[in-house]
Amino acid sequence: MSVIIGTLRSRSVTKSSHSSHNARGEPAVVRWTIISVAVIFLTIFLVIPLVTVFQQAFARGVGPYVNALLEPDALAAVRLTLLVAAISVALNVVFGVTAAWAIAKFEFRGKSVLITLIDLPFSVSPVISGLVFVLLFGAQGFFGAYLQAHDIQIIFALPGLVLATVLVTFPFVARELIPLMQEQGTQEEEAAISLGASGLQTFFRVTLPNVKWALLYGVLLCNARAMGEFGAVSVVSGHVRGETNTMPLHVEILYNEYKFMASFAVASLLALLALVTLIAKVALEKRAASE
Amino acid sequence: MKVRYPLATLVIKTAELSPSALWALATSRRAMASYEITFGASLAAALVNTVFGLLVAWVLVRYPFPGRRLVDAIVDLPFALPTAVAGIALTTLYAPNGWIGARLEPLGIKVSYSWLGITVALIFIGLPFVVRTVQPVLETLPPELEEAAATLGASPGAAFRRVVLPAVIPALLTGFTLAFARAIGEYGSVIFIAGNLPNVSEIAPLLIVIRLEEFKYADATAIAVVMLLASFLVLLVINRLQRWSERRTGR
Repeated sequence: MSVIIGTLRSRSVTKSSHSSHNARGEPAVVRWTIISVAVIFLTIFLVIPLVTVFQQAFARGVGPYVNALLEPDALAAVRLTLLVAAISVALNVVFGVTAAWAIAKFEFRGKSVLITLIDLPFSVSPVISGLVFVLLFGAQGFFGAYLQAHDIQIIFALPGLVLATVLVTFPFVARELIPLMQEQGTQEEEAAISLGASGLQTFFRVTLPNVKWALLYGVLLCNARAMGEFGAVSVVSGHVRGETNTMPLHVEILYNEYKFMASFAVASLLALLALVTLIAKVALEKRAASE
Repeated sequence: MKVRYPLATLVIKTAELSPSALWALATSRRAMASYEITFGASLAAALVNTVFGLLVAWVLVRYPFPGRRLVDAIVDLPFALPTAVAGIALTTLYAPNGWIGARLEPLGIKVSYSWLGITVALIFIGLPFVVRTVQPVLETLPPELEEAAATLGASPGAAFRRVVLPAVIPALLTGFTLAFARAIGEYGSVIFIAGNLPNVSEIAPLLIVIRLEEFKYADATAIAVVMLLASFLVLLVINRLQRWSERRTGR
């Protein structure tokens, strides 16, 4: 399932072979027709929708655009999104590194099951990922009575948003690290230990530096998904304006209220995030390939 | 544990219902219609993506042209762009007064608020899966193979059909299945453009959300279990396909 996010390793390795291929055989007319069809398809399905976001956001000029972003509910949504993403990404770095480390450096029973479980959030609908937390922690849920008795709010509050986001974005970091760590094996760690390094020293001075680019790549993808997650978060949010609305949810509310320009203004920030992510991704791939 | 435990609650929750009650909820008329729409549109979108994904991957690997690196980067856009943003952008474009919708309206093609709109959204989110699965396989396929075929008298078309296609078929099928898997669970990009008419353009993930908002947890869970089983099945197929693909390409 690693192809889902395209691992840094395989992408950077194959990149170099690009230029060696040359079109041979078919006439230039055929070649340019095929290129045109591909480019037109991508323009219609990918580029035009992206351009539309910015065009609609600035439909009434820069002033209204800025005002839409400075609106208190919009600012609250931005703050909440940043908070949820920061917590979720931090948690998934810890979980992801731990899981990848366990899988790549140790042999234990049930390892293939664990690998499948890590992939699971990719293939399950985000709506279902959100639903399970409602069933667990909702008012009528598994722990509902206990949580209510102790006045703990998880669903329709920040903890629920974080839980749903963590579940959905869990595979990104782990998936990026597992193949690389497996490839690197355990020799360097064994050398460090035999030279007297402690387990923690080995981890922080050998294992972690060896995977830094892949880790950064995983964090990048994880963050993009965390900030943009909609389905799972939508189910657990409760949609309280200014309180439990993340940016994607705020986009939905504004759109459904026919405040199209304001909706696209908030959406443009998310589109900008996507563009920055794509540029950083290319830069990271280049960096990793050159090392 | 962290991942498995929450998903296990779905099983526990359904165990509270009798099998016949669960079956009745999972197969209600509205639920059945939503499966048909979800799987139908996902299939159509995955098929379109298979054809154009192969084309895009082919162009990226074999044809050096100005701006190729930019095009290569753009392919990942659906991975990076939040689904809700894609949803409202596509809806605006394909609405009857939208930039593309207005051009299709005189032709009698209605995209927004229809089955077609759902498919358009699913094409958007599924495309990179096919491209990124086929691309590395094409890169490992030496152009010399086609040259050899050409030397032996094969036309470029025949060389493609008889040399390239057999080599990429496993990857192409994997990409198709990945795009399909992503499509059946998709929510954010679809709900805006779909119009969400029950029995007409209402996808299964949306019906789960609607039932949840009505506090009909049993209904929501029943549909979720059906969708979860479908995902597991597809996941199984993907694992098989990838093993086949790896054997074929020796990667």
